[in-house]
Amino acid sequence: MDKYQCTICGYIYDPEKGDPNNGVAPGTEFSALPDSWTCPVCGAPKSEFEAL
Amino acid sequence: MKAVEIKKDVYWVGAIDYNVRNFHGYITPRGTTYNAYLVVDEKTALIDTVKSPFKEELLARIRSVMDPAELDYLIVNHVEMDHSGSSAAVMEAAPEAQVIATGKGMEFLHAHYHGSEEWDIKAVDKGDSLKLGKRSLQFIPSPMLHWPDTMFTYCPEERILFSNDGFGQHIATPQRFHDEVEDRDIIDEAKKYYANILLPFSSLVSKKLAELKDVPVDIVCPSHGVAFRRKEDIEQVVSAYSRWAAGESLDKAVIIYDTMYSSTEKMARAIEDGLIDGGVDTRFYNLRISDWSEIAKEVLDAKAIVVGSATLNNGPLPTVAGFLTYLKSLRPKGKIAAAFGSYGWGGGAVKVITEYLESTGIELVEEPIQTRFVPPEEVLSACWDMGARIAKKIKER
Repeated sequence: MDKYQCTICGYIYDPEKGDPNNGVAPGTEFSALPDSWTCPVCGAPKSEFEAL
Repeated sequence: MKAVEIKKDVYWVGAIDYNVRNFHGYITPRGTTYNAYLVVDEKTALIDTVKSPFKEELLARIRSVMDPAELDYLIVNHVEMDHSGSSAAVMEAAPEAQVIATGKGMEFLHAHYHGSEEWDIKAVDKGDSLKLGKRSLQFIPSPMLHWPDTMFTYCPEERILFSNDGFGQHIATPQRFHDEVEDRDIIDEAKKYYANILLPFSSLVSKKLAELKDVPVDIVCPSHGVAFRRKEDIEQVVSAYSRWAAGESLDKAVIIYDTMYSSTEKMARAIEDGLIDGGVDTRFYNLRISDWSEIAKEVLDAKAIVVGSATLNNGPLPTVAGFLTYLKSLRPKGKIAAAFGSYGWGGGAVKVITEYLESTGIELVEEPIQTRFVPPEEVLSACWDMGARIAKKIKER
C-alpha cells in the first residue's frame, strides 16, 4: 500500500491508518479515496498528492 | 494612540513596527505593521490582533473608540503569532468575548495559548456568517494561504475584504491606504511578500482569486502594510497576484553566487555580460551581502537563474547551500537554470548546486562551467558564451 504526500502542506496519507476523522477506514488505498476527499490538514484536493 | 476610521464605524486598531528588520528570516528593511480592525455595530468585532510586544498599542487604539471589555467577538483569521499574539491580552480585557476561527484555527489556538481552553471558541466553516447588527461578517476559509488555519473575513454591507496575509506588504507607514503613500512602491513590497510567503501555494492563490472574482470589494484590508481602496489600486494588486500565481515571467535572469577570492565572481560577471549582450535583463547578487528575500522577489518573475559558488571542503559555500534550501521550499515553477563555480583540487560545489536545482524541479539547460583556482581568459569566454546562450533560450520561451 503506497503512501501519498500532499505537495501543498506536506501531510502524508498512510493507507494503513486511513483518515478516520473524515470517515476513511484504516486499510483504504489512496486510489480508493472518494474524489470529494481533501487533505485533512490543508484542504488540498487529491490531485495535489504525489506517491512517495 | 488612536484608532483610524477607515469607513464609518470600521476602524484600524493595529500596530506599527518601524524597527523590525528580520522577520523570521524575511528581511524587512522598511519594517511592517500588524493590522487589526474593529467593526462597531450593535455587536462589536475585533478582526485579528497584533504581535504581543504591541498589545498595549492595540488596546490603546481600541480604547479610543470603546471599552475593550465590551468586545463581543474576536475574529482570528490566522493564528500565526504576529496576528494572534495579543489574543490572550484581548481575552483578559474582554473575558466574555467569543473567539471565532476555522477548525484548524481553533486547534492551533489551543496549541499556542495554553489556557485558551477556557475561552469560548467557535469554529466556523465556508458559508458561515455572523450578524453584528446592520453589518455582518462572512467567513471564507483559505487553507494554506498561507497556513492551514487561514481564513478571510468579508463584510458584505461595507464591501470590505479582510484578507489577512493575502495582499500584505512588509512596510511600516503612518498612512493606512495605498493612495496615501504614492512615493513608496507598495506593489514591489507586495511582490516581495508574495515571493517569500505565498509562492509555494500559487495554485491555491489562483483558485481563491477565481472564487472571489465576482465578490464586490471596495476596500481590501490585509494584515500587513497598507489597505487598498481606489478601484485602480485594487485592480493593480489583484492583477499582479494573478500574474504571479500563474507564473508569468519576464526576459530576466538572476545571477546568484558567493565567492572566496573573486574567481566565482569573475565568472558571474562574464556570464552576466553574455546575458546582457544577449538582450535580457539581469539581477546580480552576492549571497553574502544580499537580502535573500529580495532575491526571492526577483526570482519570482525571472525566466532563468544562474547559481555559482566557490568550493569549500568539497561543497558549496554555506550561503549558497542555505539559499538553495530556501529556494527549494518556495517551489518556483517553470524556471531554467545553470550552475558554475570554482575549485582548487577535488571540486564539489557545482555538483551539489546541480543536485539542489534538479531536486527543486528547475530545468538545467547548460553543462556547468568550472574553473580551477583563477579563471583564465578561455573560461571567462566560455562563461560569456553560456550567458549568451541562456539569453537566447530565455527569449525563445
